[in-house]
Amino acid sequence: MIDRRLITNFDWTLFGIVLVVCAVGVVNIYSASASYTIVGTPFFVKQLYWIVAGLLLVVVVCSIDYHLLEDVSYWFYGLLCFLLLVVLVVGKTSMGATRWLHLGFFSIQPSEPMKIVAIMVLARFFSNYSTAGGLTLKDLAYPALFIGVPAALIMKQPDLGTAILVILIACSMFAYVGVRLSAFVACLVSAIPAVYLAWHYYLRDYQKNRILNFLDPERDPLSSGYHIIQSKIAIGSGGVLGKGFMQGTQAQLRFLPEQHTDFAFSVFGEEWGFVGCLVLLLLYLFLIFWGLHIASRCNDRFGSLMAVGVTAMLFWHIVINIGMVIGIFPVVGVPLPLFSYGGTSMITSMVGVAILLNISMRRFMF
Amino acid sequence: MNGQRFIHDNYGSKRQLVVLSIFAAALFFLLLTRLWYLQIVKSEELHSQSESNRLRLVPVAASRGTIFDRNGAVLVTNRPSFSVAVIPQEVRDRDALLERLSRYLEIDRAELLDKWEKGKGRARYYPIVLASGITRDQLEVLEENRLWLPGVEIEMKPVRQYEDGTLAAHLLGYIGEVSDEDLKKDAASGYNSGDYIGKSGIERSWEKLLHGRDGGRQIEVDARGRVLRTISETPPAVGSSLVLTIDTALQKQAEKAFGEQAGAAVVMDVNTGEILAMVSNPGFDPALFAGRMPPDKWKEYLEDKRHPLENKALKGQYPPGSTFKIITALAGLEEGLIDERSSSYCKGAYVLGRNTFRCWEKKGHGTVDLKRALKESCDVYFYQLGEKLGINRIAAYARKFALGAPLGVGLENEKGGLIPDSAWKEKRYGKKWLQGDTLPAAIGQGYVLMTPIQLAAMIGAVANDGTVYRPHLVKRVIDQEGRVIREFKPEVVARTSISPRSFRLVKEGLLAVVNEGGGTGGQARLYDVRVAGKTGTSQVVKQRDKRGAIPYQYRDHALFVAFAPYDRPEIAVAVVVEHGEHGGSAAAPIARSILRTYFERKSSAAKPAGAGSSPTGGDEKHGTGGNGRENANPAPQEEE
Repeated sequence: MIDRRLITNFDWTLFGIVLVVCAVGVVNIYSASASYTIVGTPFFVKQLYWIVAGLLLVVVVCSIDYHLLEDVSYWFYGLLCFLLLVVLVVGKTSMGATRWLHLGFFSIQPSEPMKIVAIMVLARFFSNYSTAGGLTLKDLAYPALFIGVPAALIMKQPDLGTAILVILIACSMFAYVGVRLSAFVACLVSAIPAVYLAWHYYLRDYQKNRILNFLDPERDPLSSGYHIIQSKIAIGSGGVLGKGFMQGTQAQLRFLPEQHTDFAFSVFGEEWGFVGCLVLLLLYLFLIFWGLHIASRCNDRFGSLMAVGVTAMLFWHIVINIGMVIGIFPVVGVPLPLFSYGGTSMITSMVGVAILLNISMRRFMF
Repeated sequence: MNGQRFIHDNYGSKRQLVVLSIFAAALFFLLLTRLWYLQIVKSEELHSQSESNRLRLVPVAASRGTIFDRNGAVLVTNRPSFSVAVIPQEVRDRDALLERLSRYLEIDRAELLDKWEKGKGRARYYPIVLASGITRDQLEVLEENRLWLPGVEIEMKPVRQYEDGTLAAHLLGYIGEVSDEDLKKDAASGYNSGDYIGKSGIERSWEKLLHGRDGGRQIEVDARGRVLRTISETPPAVGSSLVLTIDTALQKQAEKAFGEQAGAAVVMDVNTGEILAMVSNPGFDPALFAGRMPPDKWKEYLEDKRHPLENKALKGQYPPGSTFKIITALAGLEEGLIDERSSSYCKGAYVLGRNTFRCWEKKGHGTVDLKRALKESCDVYFYQLGEKLGINRIAAYARKFALGAPLGVGLENEKGGLIPDSAWKEKRYGKKWLQGDTLPAAIGQGYVLMTPIQLAAMIGAVANDGTVYRPHLVKRVIDQEGRVIREFKPEVVARTSISPRSFRLVKEGLLAVVNEGGGTGGQARLYDVRVAGKTGTSQVVKQRDKRGAIPYQYRDHALFVAFAPYDRPEIAVAVVVEHGEHGGSAAAPIARSILRTYFERKSSAAKPAGAGSSPTGGDEKHGTGGNGRENANPAPQEEE
């Protein structure tokens, strides 16, 4: 069933980078959560479980020819849109947002798989679509609708970060397919009133506050702006070489918020300094380039588009998360893929990696 | 599979991937630039911020120095005081908590809320003090109910303990939390909000030495402000202690002698200027200023017409009345205008131009020489002498006694009194000095003003034949082990260069005041010690008819200055009884009581225990005591 060529063509480079990043992440989580009073399994051990689970998922996903995804992508899309609607109606509310859906024995967060499915549905759409000379505004109508519906539902939860990610992933794929200048300009122009309307009618107060605090962190130094300030202090105080493993005072004395999840990079920056950050960023950049490399050497449009989409997903997570903790983007609650603690994030990232591996190992199939 | 779906020949897509790669690299470069800015450019600044995040300096107040009297008895020391503070971030239900605290502490809820609101905006997890100086009973109630008071902390800090309650309150002064205004001034540099600082008296003047050097503990805290460990510690340096010149027993007796009367007394060693007692009556309770001053008590202090908060010994300026005749007499003797044989005739009043200046004795004294003029305080004698001297010569002699300017006792807001002369009147009122102004000045009325401390310094200088010592309160500064850090030697403010003969003649008159029949100061007489003194009555308002009941605030002030023993003077006493009316009857007995205590203590110290009763014990109602009355004459001006 599994072709021998698939084993020989397995992309060890990509797999290796992913394992290195995961390992650095686990070490970092160990330090970040050292000051916590832990009841039960420590976070870094749980993260290891998630990595193992993710790797099992990689094996499963890799064993299925990704072309099969092409056929089911619309079905998946329809199902997830339905689940997003259900979440809004009966979902579980935690910390002011309704994101989780309880399905008897387990809970899911439909917005997470939606990122992957959005990539699938767009890849499916463009793979059968003639795009000579670039996409016109009319060509963008259906894809925009595909993305707009789930993005609006996710924002309603409200989960601004994921909604923005879905839109950015889609835009990256549009850019790959090629957009005509006229359509690009039209999009930009129409974005202005859209942002205006979103600000006044759609965003919640806490979301607006996050954005305002990002623009002016001193505005409210003791509540939401506090996170950004403390994070910048942590990273900056690390200097060139960092304070050393387990030696970050900001992290160990818990001045950082959510320091094992969204702000894991702050802990890393404080303890490993500029050199550590540079190495981690280069690893990520290599991962991105490799993803685009997979896209470029893939022989079919669906696979290539999927590879770009998944790479874009990883890329935007990385840029937004790091940008957030170093204070150049607003705090939107996006984890650093493969690095932050968290099962959901790990599974989504691993599925993305699996799709890349899948495409990479089947590049000679046609 | 449809051939259309393959892109290996699609050049456009390959180019797009290059664009995407460049875009990705550019954004990563942006992140790196920012990291470089934070971790290399701003690293130092952010590192120090991370340090100040985790490190907190907790001040440790130095224990304040003790204040002793001249015999080593403790006057002021320290005791622990408890205050209630709250950490707002740890309180869930503020209203319920305030309700409870208000009930336990019996403090108005609004007052607690006010303190809470004012304390906001400080560092996170920083305790806000809601009530300080709580009683032991309240402390017990709080401890018992600790469970119901989450976020509430009890803090302990040392406060002043006044061993004798209100004794010498003005002189010792009080401490209180440093005010916001003081913090802005250089005077309070090194102080933080909430620190205690001397606010008046010795506590204020000697703040630097008494305070000591506060220490501090550098502690590491986590984001919730919980203390993790002490990183470094600077122990506080205990403040220096002061040994005062005050004699507690004498001070107590002097305060007791005043009773309910308002006034001031100063007891001074005539050979050193050491102040043995300094009274300003009524007093106040200095302990109330360090804790929570009960509002009704505060109101009582402010509304009392006798001004209990003011140190009258230094700030009270009174017309010296007939005590000033000493100066006029010395001036006349030195200028050769009078001698022991010259005399004047007093027919009860003296007419100058169109004005009549009355003697307090309406019947007149008849022919009086200097000794009798002093003894019976004849006003006419001194009117005539004053007329011959003129104001500028009187003022010059007054200034030989350093009058008209503060003596530099070393406490805040000491007043200088006033010695008027023609130039002064010209400058102050733009009017010429008239001979009619000189006559009241010659008997210490009119414009002349002196403080009780100046009265004491003056009579002290008369006693020692002309040396004005600086009155002082601190004998020495000692450290915690009792080692002397600084010793204060007598300091001369002025030497009068008046001849011993003039002093002898005046002092003979002063001896007669107390010890001869007809003298105005008979009530100051002691059995075995010869006391010399001078009575004085200073006019509060001009009032021709003084018969009948005069309202308290319009009654004359009673003054008495004295020194003893006559032959070898040791101490000088000045007493002012506000609205006491007659120096001889109101002030002299207080002076006598002080002098008696002094000499009793001296003889019992010289004759150790078992040597029998004090020889001064039986001198009550000895001699005729004189009439003890004299009246100030109407002067053309009104005084305070």
